[in-house]
Amino acid sequence: MALELSYFAWVRERMGVAGEVVTPPDDVTTVAGLIGWLAARNEAGARAFAEPQRIRAAVGGQMVGLDAAIPPGAEIALFPPVTGG
Amino acid sequence: MIRVHVGSDAIDVAAEMAAHDAGGHGASAAFVGRVRGEGGLTELFLDHHPVLTRSGLDELATEAAARWNLAALTLIHRVGGMAPGETIVLVLASSPHRSEALAAVEFLIDRLKTDVMLWKRETFDDGRVAWVEQRGSDHARAERWEQGAN
Repeated sequence: MALELSYFAWVRERMGVAGEVVTPPDDVTTVAGLIGWLAARNEAGARAFAEPQRIRAAVGGQMVGLDAAIPPGAEIALFPPVTGG
Repeated sequence: MIRVHVGSDAIDVAAEMAAHDAGGHGASAAFVGRVRGEGGLTELFLDHHPVLTRSGLDELATEAAARWNLAALTLIHRVGGMAPGETIVLVLASSPHRSEALAAVEFLIDRLKTDVMLWKRETFDDGRVAWVEQRGSDHARAERWEQGAN
């Protein structure tokens, strides 16, 4: 199942790309599972996702908790807690 | 009338205020957030999402307009690089009465610090570059509005 990922702020810097299309294994069904898979996939992922509690996510344009399920073909944004204003 | 804008162009506070106040409202409240130049800061960079930053601001503006009796609302956030003293964010709210205008401005500035996809990165004159960490106090302020305590 291909997923379209985008990264922001220091997550993007540590990943080295603004986004990518990935195809995780079938047992990755939640955002937390995806983050764990990305962390284990390569060095950049390990740097970006070493502390999952510092990661926030939006799936299909909606902010979600890390326990949220991933719908097929979802667009997923991964980023640190926001600091606007 | 609701005006929401996200862009890398400088915010013309006087022009925005003039346009906002064209309706001659009874009470207008304003918040202007500027880049602080303390600690040798040379640049503040605001990262944003090309779609969701705008929609997040739209949602907050809609919520404020539903919650208070507002004649006009302006919510503008700058993104990209900016220098000390430049305006980051402008919030204007107008109502027949001051209490609603003031409450709406405070609600919007509190909630946009926790609900909208924006990230600050600071560059200093000694070469340090650091992403700003979210503060617990920001969440405490934003959560006040969830309890309906206004």
